[in-house]
Amino acid sequence: MLDDALRSNRLPAAPGVGYKPQHFSQILEQAKPVAWLEIHAENYMGDGGRPLAQLRHMSEQFPISVHGVGLSIGGETPLDTDHLARLKHLVGWLNPASFSEHLAWSTHDSHFLNDLLPLPYTDITLARVCDHIDQVQEVVGRQMLLENPSSYLAFEESTWSEPDFLREIARRTGCGLLLDVNNVFVSATNLDFSPQGYIDVYPLDQVGEIHLGGHDEDEDDHGHPLLIDSHGREVVDPVWALLDYVLNKSGPKPLLIEWDTDVPDWPILRAEAERAQKALDRVPA
Amino acid sequence: MSVSQTTFHSALLDASQPIPDGLLDAEAQPAGRRFSVYRNNVAVSLTEAMHQAFPVIARLLGAQNMDGLSGIFLRQHPPTSPLMMLYGDEFPTFLEGMEQLSHLGYLPDVARLELALRHAYHAADSQSIDPDALSIPPEDLMRARLTLAPAAQVLRSDWPVHAIWLFNTEKNAPKPQAGAQDVLITRPEYDPAPHSLPPGGAAWILRVQDGQTIGEAFETTVAETPEFDLGTTLALLLQGGAITSVTIERLDT
Repeated sequence: MLDDALRSNRLPAAPGVGYKPQHFSQILEQAKPVAWLEIHAENYMGDGGRPLAQLRHMSEQFPISVHGVGLSIGGETPLDTDHLARLKHLVGWLNPASFSEHLAWSTHDSHFLNDLLPLPYTDITLARVCDHIDQVQEVVGRQMLLENPSSYLAFEESTWSEPDFLREIARRTGCGLLLDVNNVFVSATNLDFSPQGYIDVYPLDQVGEIHLGGHDEDEDDHGHPLLIDSHGREVVDPVWALLDYVLNKSGPKPLLIEWDTDVPDWPILRAEAERAQKALDRVPA
Repeated sequence: MSVSQTTFHSALLDASQPIPDGLLDAEAQPAGRRFSVYRNNVAVSLTEAMHQAFPVIARLLGAQNMDGLSGIFLRQHPPTSPLMMLYGDEFPTFLEGMEQLSHLGYLPDVARLELALRHAYHAADSQSIDPDALSIPPEDLMRARLTLAPAAQVLRSDWPVHAIWLFNTEKNAPKPQAGAQDVLITRPEYDPAPHSLPPGGAAWILRVQDGQTIGEAFETTVAETPEFDLGTTLALLLQGGAITSVTIERLDT
Protein backbone atom coordinates (compact mmCIF):
# COMPACT_ATOMS: atom_id res chain seq x y z
CA MET A 1 0.00 0.00 0.00
CA LEU A 2 1.24 3.38 -1.01
CA ASP A 3 2.52 6.02 1.37
CA ASP A 4 0.32 9.13 1.26
CA ALA A 5 3.36 11.33 0.64
CA LEU A 6 3.83 9.67 -2.77
CA ARG A 7 0.38 10.69 -4.02
CA SER A 8 1.56 13.60 -6.08
CA ASN A 9 -0.69 14.00 -9.10
CA ARG A 10 -0.33 17.66 -10.08
CA LEU A 11 -2.16 17.81 -13.43
CA PRO A 12 -4.51 20.81 -13.66
CA ALA A 13 -8.25 20.18 -14.17
CA ALA A 14 -7.94 21.55 -17.71
CA PRO A 15 -7.40 20.17 -21.23
CA GLY A 16 -4.13 18.64 -22.37
CA VAL A 17 -3.11 16.79 -25.54
CA GLY A 18 -0.90 13.85 -26.39
CA TYR A 19 2.37 15.44 -27.52
CA LYS A 20 3.49 14.78 -31.11
CA PRO A 21 6.90 16.07 -32.30
CA GLN A 22 5.34 17.54 -35.48
CA HIS A 23 3.48 20.06 -33.28
CA PHE A 24 6.59 21.20 -31.40
CA SER A 25 6.95 24.68 -32.90
CA GLN A 26 3.22 25.50 -32.90
CA ILE A 27 2.87 24.55 -29.26
CA LEU A 28 5.77 26.84 -28.37
CA GLU A 29 4.66 29.74 -30.56
CA GLN A 30 1.14 30.05 -29.18
CA ALA A 31 0.14 31.67 -25.93
CA LYS A 32 -1.49 29.01 -23.72
CA PRO A 33 -2.05 26.42 -26.49
CA VAL A 34 -3.10 23.77 -23.94
CA ALA A 35 -2.70 23.43 -20.18
CA TRP A 36 -0.52 20.30 -20.20
CA LEU A 37 1.02 17.57 -22.37
CA GLU A 38 1.17 13.79 -22.19
CA ILE A 39 3.99 11.67 -23.59
CA HIS A 40 4.33 7.93 -24.15
CA ALA A 41 7.13 6.94 -21.80
CA GLU A 42 8.73 4.44 -24.20
CA ASN A 43 9.42 7.12 -26.84
CA TYR A 44 11.69 8.95 -24.40
CA MET A 45 13.89 6.10 -23.23
CA GLY A 46 16.70 6.62 -25.73
CA ASP A 47 20.10 7.88 -24.58
CA GLY A 48 19.78 11.37 -26.08
CA GLY A 49 19.03 13.25 -29.28
CA ARG A 50 16.06 15.33 -30.34
CA PRO A 51 13.26 13.48 -28.47
CA LEU A 52 14.85 14.10 -25.07
CA ALA A 53 15.90 17.65 -25.98
CA GLN A 54 12.32 18.50 -26.96
CA LEU A 55 10.95 16.88 -23.83
CA ARG A 56 13.31 18.86 -21.58
CA HIS A 57 12.22 22.03 -23.36
CA MET A 58 8.51 21.20 -23.08
CA SER A 59 8.81 20.29 -19.43
CA GLU A 60 10.05 23.80 -18.62
CA GLN A 61 6.77 25.24 -19.86
CA PHE A 62 4.09 22.60 -19.32
CA PRO A 63 3.09 20.06 -16.71
CA ILE A 64 3.91 16.67 -18.28
CA SER A 65 2.05 13.41 -17.85
CA VAL A 66 4.14 10.27 -18.42
CA HIS A 67 1.92 7.55 -19.87
CA GLY A 68 3.52 4.12 -20.17
CA VAL A 69 2.39 1.70 -22.86
CA GLY A 70 4.85 -1.15 -22.41
CA LEU A 71 5.01 -2.30 -18.80
CA SER A 72 2.59 -5.24 -19.21
CA ILE A 73 1.08 -4.88 -15.74
CA GLY A 74 -1.56 -7.48 -16.58
CA GLY A 75 1.06 -10.03 -17.69
CA GLU A 76 1.25 -13.53 -16.23
CA THR A 77 5.03 -13.30 -16.06
CA PRO A 78 7.10 -11.04 -13.76
CA LEU A 79 7.55 -7.41 -14.78
CA ASP A 80 10.59 -6.57 -16.91
CA THR A 81 12.93 -5.08 -14.30
CA ASP A 82 15.10 -3.42 -16.97
CA HIS A 83 12.05 -1.62 -18.26
CA LEU A 84 10.98 -0.68 -14.76
CA ALA A 85 14.44 0.80 -14.19
CA ARG A 86 14.08 2.87 -17.37
CA LEU A 87 10.72 4.18 -16.13
CA LYS A 88 12.22 5.03 -12.77
CA HIS A 89 15.00 6.94 -14.54
CA LEU A 90 12.58 8.89 -16.77
CA VAL A 91 10.20 9.75 -13.94
CA GLY A 92 13.19 10.58 -11.74
CA TRP A 93 14.74 13.25 -13.97
CA LEU A 94 11.50 14.60 -15.44
CA ASN A 95 9.49 14.70 -12.20
CA PRO A 96 6.25 14.65 -14.21
CA ALA A 97 2.91 15.92 -12.93
CA SER A 98 1.42 12.44 -13.36
CA PHE A 99 2.44 8.89 -14.20
CA SER A 100 0.04 6.29 -15.61
CA GLU A 101 -0.10 2.82 -17.19
CA HIS A 102 -2.71 0.35 -18.48
CA LEU A 103 -4.75 -2.56 -17.19
CA ALA A 104 -3.44 -4.79 -19.99
CA TRP A 105 -0.56 -7.02 -20.99
CA SER A 106 1.81 -6.70 -23.93
CA THR A 107 4.81 -8.88 -23.14
CA HIS A 108 4.89 -12.66 -23.00
CA ASP A 109 7.67 -15.20 -23.43
CA SER A 110 10.08 -12.23 -23.86
CA HIS A 111 8.09 -10.98 -26.88
CA PHE A 112 6.71 -7.45 -26.79
CA LEU A 113 3.56 -7.37 -28.93
CA ASN A 114 3.07 -3.59 -29.17
CA ASP A 115 -0.64 -3.79 -28.31
CA LEU A 116 -2.69 -3.55 -25.13
CA LEU A 117 -4.00 -7.09 -24.70
CA PRO A 118 -6.93 -8.06 -22.45
CA LEU A 119 -6.96 -10.10 -19.26
CA PRO A 120 -9.74 -11.92 -17.43
CA TYR A 121 -10.97 -10.42 -14.17
CA THR A 122 -10.54 -13.13 -11.54
CA ASP A 123 -9.18 -13.34 -7.98
CA ILE A 124 -5.93 -14.69 -9.42
CA THR A 125 -5.41 -11.88 -11.95
CA LEU A 126 -6.48 -9.33 -9.32
CA ALA A 127 -3.75 -10.49 -6.94
CA ARG A 128 -1.16 -10.51 -9.72
CA VAL A 129 -2.03 -7.04 -11.00
CA CYS A 130 -1.91 -5.68 -7.43
CA ASP A 131 1.53 -7.25 -6.87
CA HIS A 132 2.78 -5.67 -10.08
CA ILE A 133 1.39 -2.24 -9.19
CA ASP A 134 2.91 -2.46 -5.69
CA GLN A 135 6.25 -3.22 -7.35
CA VAL A 136 5.91 -0.34 -9.86
CA GLN A 137 4.97 2.21 -7.19
CA GLU A 138 7.78 1.04 -4.96
CA VAL A 139 10.46 1.17 -7.67
CA VAL A 140 9.28 4.37 -9.37
CA GLY A 141 8.64 5.93 -5.97
CA ARG A 142 5.28 7.50 -6.62
CA GLN A 143 1.63 6.79 -7.21
CA MET A 144 0.55 5.56 -10.62
CA LEU A 145 -2.82 5.89 -12.33
CA LEU A 146 -4.29 2.76 -13.94
CA GLU A 147 -6.29 3.06 -17.16
CA ASN A 148 -9.34 0.97 -18.08
CA PRO A 149 -8.97 -0.88 -21.42
CA SER A 150 -11.03 -1.00 -24.62
CA SER A 151 -12.58 -4.47 -24.87
CA TYR A 152 -13.44 -6.35 -28.04
CA LEU A 153 -14.33 -9.58 -26.27
CA ALA A 154 -15.02 -10.96 -22.80
CA PHE A 155 -13.45 -13.87 -20.89
CA GLU A 156 -15.71 -16.71 -19.86
CA GLU A 157 -13.66 -17.14 -16.68
CA SER A 158 -14.12 -13.54 -15.42
CA THR A 159 -15.85 -13.28 -12.04
CA TRP A 160 -15.39 -9.53 -11.41
CA SER A 161 -16.98 -6.61 -13.24
CA GLU A 162 -14.43 -4.16 -14.57
CA PRO A 163 -15.42 -1.22 -12.31
CA ASP A 164 -15.33 -3.47 -9.21
CA PHE A 165 -11.98 -4.92 -10.33
CA LEU A 166 -10.50 -1.42 -10.73
CA ARG A 167 -11.94 -0.21 -7.41
CA GLU A 168 -10.44 -3.19 -5.59
CA ILE A 169 -7.03 -2.62 -7.23
CA ALA A 170 -7.09 1.03 -6.15
CA ARG A 171 -8.12 0.03 -2.62
CA ARG A 172 -5.39 -2.62 -2.26
CA THR A 173 -2.51 -0.73 -3.88
CA GLY A 174 -3.32 2.94 -3.33
CA CYS A 175 -2.97 3.60 -7.06
CA GLY A 176 -5.21 6.17 -8.70
CA LEU A 177 -7.29 5.64 -11.82
CA LEU A 178 -7.19 7.04 -15.31
CA LEU A 179 -10.70 6.93 -16.75
CA ASP A 180 -10.72 6.60 -20.54
CA VAL A 181 -14.26 7.63 -21.46
CA ASN A 182 -13.85 6.53 -25.08
CA ASN A 183 -12.72 3.09 -23.88
CA VAL A 184 -15.86 2.82 -21.71
CA PHE A 185 -18.00 3.72 -24.75
CA VAL A 186 -16.13 1.27 -27.02
CA SER A 187 -16.36 -1.60 -24.51
CA ALA A 188 -20.03 -0.82 -23.73
CA THR A 189 -20.92 -0.97 -27.43
CA ASN A 190 -18.86 -4.10 -28.08
CA LEU A 191 -20.05 -5.99 -25.00
CA ASP A 192 -23.56 -4.53 -24.93
CA PHE A 193 -23.72 -2.81 -21.55
CA SER A 194 -24.78 0.70 -20.57
CA PRO A 195 -21.85 3.14 -20.46
CA GLN A 196 -23.75 5.32 -17.95
CA GLY A 197 -24.37 2.22 -15.84
CA TYR A 198 -20.58 1.56 -15.87
CA ILE A 199 -19.90 5.13 -14.73
CA ASP A 200 -22.57 4.84 -11.99
CA VAL A 201 -20.58 2.06 -10.29
CA TYR A 202 -17.06 3.23 -11.23
CA PRO A 203 -15.01 4.79 -8.36
CA LEU A 204 -14.87 8.35 -9.74
CA ASP A 205 -13.29 9.61 -6.50
CA GLN A 206 -10.08 7.77 -7.49
CA VAL A 207 -9.81 9.43 -10.92
CA GLY A 208 -6.72 11.59 -11.51
CA GLU A 209 -7.11 12.01 -15.26
CA ILE A 210 -9.62 11.42 -18.06
CA HIS A 211 -8.78 10.31 -21.61
CA LEU A 212 -10.79 11.12 -24.74
CA GLY A 213 -10.01 9.74 -28.19
CA GLY A 214 -11.51 8.68 -31.49
CA HIS A 215 -12.48 5.16 -32.56
CA ASP A 216 -13.21 3.29 -35.80
CA GLU A 217 -16.43 1.40 -36.57
CA ASP A 218 -16.53 -2.21 -37.77
CA GLU A 219 -18.82 -5.25 -37.41
CA ASP A 220 -18.36 -8.69 -35.85
CA ASP A 221 -19.28 -12.08 -37.42
CA HIS A 222 -22.97 -11.55 -36.60
CA GLY A 223 -23.24 -8.01 -37.98
CA HIS A 224 -23.13 -6.43 -34.51
CA PRO A 225 -21.24 -3.15 -34.19
CA LEU A 226 -17.59 -3.58 -33.24
CA LEU A 227 -15.79 -0.36 -32.31
CA ILE A 228 -12.00 -0.25 -32.54
CA ASP A 229 -10.01 2.08 -30.30
CA SER A 230 -7.82 3.69 -32.98
CA HIS A 231 -6.98 7.19 -31.66
CA GLY A 232 -7.08 8.29 -35.29
CA ARG A 233 -9.95 10.80 -35.49
CA GLU A 234 -12.19 13.24 -33.61
CA VAL A 235 -13.97 12.21 -30.43
CA VAL A 236 -17.57 11.30 -31.37
CA ASP A 237 -20.63 13.09 -29.92
CA PRO A 238 -21.85 10.20 -27.72
CA VAL A 239 -18.42 10.13 -26.04
CA TRP A 240 -18.58 13.90 -25.39
CA ALA A 241 -22.06 13.29 -23.90
CA LEU A 242 -20.64 10.52 -21.71
CA LEU A 243 -17.91 12.93 -20.59
CA ASP A 244 -20.60 15.43 -19.50
CA TYR A 245 -22.26 12.61 -17.56
CA VAL A 246 -18.95 11.81 -15.82
CA LEU A 247 -18.00 15.43 -15.05
CA ASN A 248 -21.43 16.12 -13.58
CA LYS A 249 -20.74 13.40 -11.03
CA SER A 250 -17.01 13.83 -10.54
CA GLY A 251 -16.47 17.57 -10.85
CA PRO A 252 -13.66 19.02 -13.01
CA LYS A 253 -10.75 16.69 -13.93
CA PRO A 254 -7.66 16.89 -16.14
CA LEU A 255 -8.87 15.98 -19.67
CA LEU A 256 -6.59 14.56 -22.37
CA ILE A 257 -7.19 14.39 -26.12
CA GLU A 258 -5.41 11.33 -27.55
CA TRP A 259 -4.69 11.30 -31.29
CA ASP A 260 -1.94 8.82 -32.17
CA THR A 261 -2.54 7.67 -35.77
CA ASP A 262 -3.19 9.90 -38.81
CA VAL A 263 -2.11 12.75 -36.54
CA PRO A 264 -3.84 15.96 -37.71
CA ASP A 265 -2.49 19.46 -38.08
CA TRP A 266 -2.26 21.37 -34.84
CA PRO A 267 -5.46 23.50 -35.27
CA ILE A 268 -7.62 20.36 -35.45
CA LEU A 269 -6.09 18.90 -32.30
CA ARG A 270 -6.34 22.29 -30.60
CA ALA A 271 -10.07 22.47 -31.51
CA GLU A 272 -10.63 19.15 -29.72
CA ALA A 273 -8.90 20.56 -26.63
CA GLU A 274 -11.15 23.64 -26.82
CA ARG A 275 -14.19 21.38 -26.94
CA ALA A 276 -12.87 19.68 -23.79
CA GLN A 277 -12.57 23.11 -22.14
CA LYS A 278 -16.23 23.80 -22.97
CA ALA A 279 -17.19 20.54 -21.28
CA LEU A 280 -15.29 21.69 -18.16
CA ASP A 281 -16.98 25.10 -18.35
CA ARG A 282 -20.37 23.38 -18.17
CA VAL A 283 -19.54 21.57 -14.92
CA PRO A 284 -21.60 23.04 -12.05
CA ALA A 285 -19.40 24.84 -9.54
CA MET B 1 -12.38 -22.37 -19.43
CA SER B 2 -9.36 -20.25 -18.71
CA VAL B 3 -7.25 -18.78 -21.50
CA SER B 4 -3.54 -18.61 -20.73
CA GLN B 5 -1.44 -15.81 -22.17
CA THR B 6 0.72 -18.50 -23.80
CA THR B 7 -2.31 -19.66 -25.81
CA PHE B 8 -3.45 -16.09 -26.54
CA HIS B 9 0.06 -15.10 -27.60
CA SER B 10 0.67 -17.97 -29.99
CA ALA B 11 -2.78 -17.60 -31.62
CA LEU B 12 -2.11 -13.88 -32.04
CA LEU B 13 1.00 -14.39 -34.14
CA ASP B 14 -0.25 -17.44 -36.06
CA ALA B 15 -3.54 -16.91 -37.87
CA SER B 16 -3.66 -20.62 -38.79
CA GLN B 17 -4.20 -21.49 -35.12
CA PRO B 18 -7.76 -21.68 -33.82
CA ILE B 19 -9.10 -18.78 -31.79
CA PRO B 20 -8.70 -19.74 -28.10
CA ASP B 21 -11.77 -21.17 -26.34
CA GLY B 22 -13.20 -19.15 -23.49
CA LEU B 23 -13.32 -15.81 -25.33
CA LEU B 24 -16.86 -14.52 -25.81
CA ASP B 25 -18.84 -11.85 -27.59
CA ALA B 26 -21.66 -9.78 -26.03
CA GLU B 27 -24.10 -12.70 -26.30
CA ALA B 28 -21.73 -15.18 -24.68
CA GLN B 29 -21.03 -16.79 -28.08
CA PRO B 30 -17.45 -17.58 -29.17
CA ALA B 31 -15.62 -14.36 -29.93
CA GLY B 32 -14.81 -15.30 -33.55
CA ARG B 33 -13.36 -12.47 -35.56
CA ARG B 34 -13.35 -10.18 -32.54
CA PHE B 35 -10.06 -11.93 -31.71
CA SER B 36 -8.82 -10.78 -35.12
CA VAL B 37 -8.90 -7.19 -33.85
CA TYR B 38 -5.91 -8.08 -31.65
CA ARG B 39 -4.22 -10.09 -34.42
CA ASN B 40 -4.67 -7.12 -36.70
CA ASN B 41 -3.49 -4.54 -34.15
CA VAL B 42 -0.27 -6.45 -33.54
CA ALA B 43 0.50 -7.07 -37.22
CA VAL B 44 -0.44 -3.57 -38.38
CA SER B 45 1.43 -1.74 -35.63
CA LEU B 46 4.61 -3.78 -36.13
CA THR B 47 4.40 -3.47 -39.92
CA GLU B 48 4.08 0.30 -39.53
CA ALA B 49 7.06 0.29 -37.22
CA MET B 50 9.09 -1.51 -39.93
CA HIS B 51 8.07 1.04 -42.56
CA GLN B 52 9.14 3.86 -40.26
CA ALA B 53 12.40 2.16 -39.37
CA PHE B 54 13.42 1.18 -42.92
CA PRO B 55 11.97 3.78 -45.32
CA VAL B 56 14.65 3.23 -47.98
CA ILE B 57 14.18 -0.55 -47.97
CA ALA B 58 10.41 0.08 -48.29
CA ARG B 59 11.07 2.39 -51.23
CA LEU B 60 13.40 -0.09 -52.92
CA LEU B 61 10.93 -2.98 -52.53
CA GLY B 62 7.64 -1.09 -52.88
CA ALA B 63 5.13 -0.62 -50.05
CA GLN B 64 3.23 -3.86 -50.73
CA ASN B 65 6.35 -6.01 -50.78
CA MET B 66 7.51 -4.29 -47.58
CA ASP B 67 4.16 -5.15 -45.96
CA GLY B 68 4.58 -8.79 -46.96
CA LEU B 69 8.19 -8.96 -45.83
CA SER B 70 7.35 -7.26 -42.51
CA GLY B 71 4.58 -9.81 -41.95
CA ILE B 72 7.13 -12.64 -42.20
CA PHE B 73 9.79 -10.79 -40.20
CA LEU B 74 7.52 -9.78 -37.29
CA ARG B 75 6.43 -13.39 -36.80
CA GLN B 76 10.00 -14.69 -36.86
CA HIS B 77 11.38 -11.81 -34.83
CA PRO B 78 8.74 -10.15 -32.63
CA PRO B 79 10.13 -7.24 -30.61
CA THR B 80 11.97 -8.31 -27.48
CA SER B 81 11.76 -4.91 -25.80
CA PRO B 82 9.04 -2.26 -25.36
CA LEU B 83 11.45 0.25 -26.92
CA MET B 84 10.11 0.23 -30.46
CA MET B 85 12.85 2.70 -31.42
CA LEU B 86 15.20 -0.30 -31.35
CA TYR B 87 13.01 -2.71 -33.32
CA GLY B 88 14.50 -4.38 -36.35
CA ASP B 89 18.08 -5.16 -35.30
CA GLU B 90 17.75 -8.63 -36.88
CA PHE B 91 16.34 -7.30 -40.15
CA PRO B 92 19.65 -7.14 -42.10
CA THR B 93 20.46 -10.77 -41.26
CA PHE B 94 16.86 -11.74 -42.04
CA LEU B 95 17.21 -10.09 -45.47
CA GLU B 96 20.44 -12.01 -46.10
CA GLY B 97 18.49 -15.23 -45.57
CA MET B 98 15.65 -14.38 -47.99
CA GLU B 99 16.38 -16.41 -51.12
CA GLN B 100 13.83 -14.47 -53.18
CA LEU B 101 15.83 -11.29 -52.54
CA SER B 102 19.28 -12.71 -53.26
CA HIS B 103 19.44 -10.77 -56.56
CA LEU B 104 19.30 -7.56 -54.48
CA GLY B 105 22.49 -8.29 -52.57
CA TYR B 106 22.83 -4.70 -51.32
CA LEU B 107 19.57 -4.74 -49.31
CA PRO B 108 21.11 -6.04 -46.04
CA ASP B 109 23.74 -3.28 -46.00
CA VAL B 110 21.14 -0.61 -46.81
CA ALA B 111 19.14 -1.92 -43.84
CA ARG B 112 22.32 -1.76 -41.70
CA LEU B 113 22.75 1.87 -42.73
CA GLU B 114 19.15 2.70 -41.79
CA LEU B 115 19.59 0.95 -38.43
CA ALA B 116 22.82 2.85 -37.78
CA LEU B 117 21.10 6.16 -38.59
CA ARG B 118 18.33 5.35 -36.10
CA HIS B 119 20.84 4.39 -33.41
CA ALA B 120 22.68 7.65 -34.08
CA TYR B 121 19.39 9.59 -33.75
CA HIS B 122 18.83 8.22 -30.23
CA ALA B 123 22.50 8.16 -29.13
CA ALA B 124 23.64 10.16 -26.11
CA ASP B 125 24.34 13.86 -26.64
CA SER B 126 27.95 15.01 -26.61
CA GLN B 127 30.01 18.18 -26.88
CA SER B 128 32.33 18.31 -29.87
CA ILE B 129 35.80 19.82 -29.64
CA ASP B 130 36.77 23.19 -31.08
CA PRO B 131 38.34 22.37 -34.49
CA ASP B 132 41.34 24.50 -33.44
CA ALA B 133 42.17 21.82 -30.89
CA LEU B 134 43.75 19.89 -33.77
CA SER B 135 45.78 22.89 -35.03
CA ILE B 136 48.87 21.59 -33.31
CA PRO B 137 52.37 20.64 -34.46
CA PRO B 138 52.29 17.43 -36.57
CA GLU B 139 54.39 15.45 -34.05
CA ASP B 140 51.83 16.25 -31.32
CA LEU B 141 48.91 15.44 -33.62
CA MET B 142 50.38 12.00 -34.38
CA ARG B 143 50.59 11.22 -30.66
CA ALA B 144 47.01 12.32 -30.01
CA ARG B 145 44.17 9.97 -29.12
CA LEU B 146 40.59 10.90 -29.98
CA THR B 147 37.27 10.13 -28.35
CA LEU B 148 34.41 10.01 -30.83
CA ALA B 149 30.78 11.00 -30.18
CA PRO B 150 28.38 8.18 -29.20
CA ALA B 151 26.40 9.05 -32.34
CA ALA B 152 29.41 8.59 -34.65
CA GLN B 153 29.29 5.27 -36.49
CA VAL B 154 31.17 3.57 -39.30
CA LEU B 155 29.65 1.09 -41.73
CA ARG B 156 31.75 -0.84 -44.27
CA SER B 157 30.09 -2.29 -47.33
CA ASP B 158 30.95 -4.15 -50.54
CA TRP B 159 28.10 -2.21 -52.16
CA PRO B 160 27.67 1.48 -53.05
CA VAL B 161 25.47 1.74 -49.98
CA HIS B 162 25.80 5.50 -49.47
CA ALA B 163 24.95 6.24 -53.09
CA ILE B 164 21.93 3.90 -52.97
CA TRP B 165 20.71 5.59 -49.78
CA LEU B 166 21.18 9.06 -51.27
CA PHE B 167 19.51 8.14 -54.56
CA ASN B 168 16.41 7.03 -52.63
CA THR B 169 16.22 9.93 -50.20
CA GLU B 170 17.27 13.00 -52.20
CA LYS B 171 15.96 14.49 -55.40
CA ASN B 172 18.58 14.86 -58.15
CA ALA B 173 21.05 12.53 -56.44
CA PRO B 174 23.26 10.75 -58.99
CA LYS B 175 22.53 7.16 -59.97
CA PRO B 176 24.63 4.74 -57.88
CA GLN B 177 27.71 3.28 -59.57
CA ALA B 178 28.99 -0.21 -58.78
CA GLY B 179 31.70 -0.41 -56.13
CA ALA B 180 32.30 -0.77 -52.41
CA GLN B 181 31.54 2.18 -50.12
CA ASP B 182 32.30 2.86 -46.48
CA VAL B 183 30.08 5.26 -44.60
CA LEU B 184 30.59 7.57 -41.63
CA ILE B 185 27.49 8.70 -39.75
CA THR B 186 27.77 11.91 -37.77
CA ARG B 187 25.11 13.84 -35.86
CA PRO B 188 26.15 17.51 -35.75
CA GLU B 189 23.09 18.45 -33.67
CA TYR B 190 20.04 16.20 -33.81
CA ASP B 191 19.92 14.98 -37.40
CA PRO B 192 22.23 12.08 -38.29
CA ALA B 193 23.91 12.36 -41.70
CA PRO B 194 25.81 9.66 -43.62
CA HIS B 195 29.00 10.56 -45.48
CA SER B 196 30.90 8.47 -47.97
CA LEU B 197 34.41 7.81 -46.65
CA PRO B 198 37.55 7.93 -48.83
CA PRO B 199 39.70 4.76 -49.14
CA GLY B 200 41.17 3.73 -45.78
CA GLY B 201 38.98 6.18 -43.84
CA ALA B 202 36.81 3.53 -42.21
CA ALA B 203 39.79 1.37 -41.19
CA TRP B 204 41.55 4.39 -39.68
CA ILE B 205 38.47 5.60 -37.74
CA LEU B 206 37.84 2.11 -36.35
CA ARG B 207 41.48 1.96 -35.15
CA VAL B 208 41.18 5.39 -33.53
CA GLN B 209 37.90 4.32 -31.89
CA ASP B 210 39.82 1.31 -30.59
CA GLY B 211 42.24 3.63 -28.79
CA GLN B 212 45.19 3.84 -31.19
CA THR B 213 46.88 7.23 -31.58
CA ILE B 214 46.29 9.16 -34.78
CA GLY B 215 49.83 8.24 -35.88
CA GLU B 216 49.63 4.51 -35.03
CA ALA B 217 46.34 4.20 -36.88
CA PHE B 218 47.74 6.21 -39.80
CA GLU B 219 50.77 3.97 -40.25
CA THR B 220 48.81 0.72 -40.25
CA THR B 221 46.17 2.15 -42.56
CA VAL B 222 48.61 3.62 -45.05
CA ALA B 223 50.45 0.27 -45.23
CA GLU B 224 47.16 -1.35 -46.35
CA THR B 225 45.81 1.57 -48.38
CA PRO B 226 48.65 3.74 -49.72
CA GLU B 227 46.23 6.41 -51.03
CA PHE B 228 44.69 6.95 -47.55
CA ASP B 229 44.25 10.68 -46.97
CA LEU B 230 44.23 11.54 -43.26
CA GLY B 231 43.22 15.16 -43.84
CA THR B 232 39.93 14.37 -45.61
CA THR B 233 38.90 11.84 -42.99
CA LEU B 234 39.75 14.14 -40.07
CA ALA B 235 37.84 16.97 -41.75
CA LEU B 236 34.71 14.78 -42.09
CA LEU B 237 34.87 13.95 -38.39
CA LEU B 238 35.44 17.57 -37.37
CA GLN B 239 32.70 18.98 -39.60
CA GLY B 240 30.26 16.42 -38.24
CA GLY B 241 31.10 17.32 -34.66
CA ALA B 242 32.13 13.70 -34.17
CA ILE B 243 35.27 14.28 -32.07
CA THR B 244 34.56 14.91 -28.40
CA SER B 245 38.07 14.93 -26.92
CA VAL B 246 41.74 15.01 -27.85
CA THR B 247 44.36 13.65 -25.50
CA ILE B 248 48.05 14.15 -26.16
CA GLU B 249 50.43 12.06 -24.08
CA ARG B 250 53.50 13.84 -22.79
CA LEU B 251 56.75 12.50 -24.12
CA ASP B 252 58.99 11.06 -21.42
CA THR B 253 62.14 13.13 -21.34
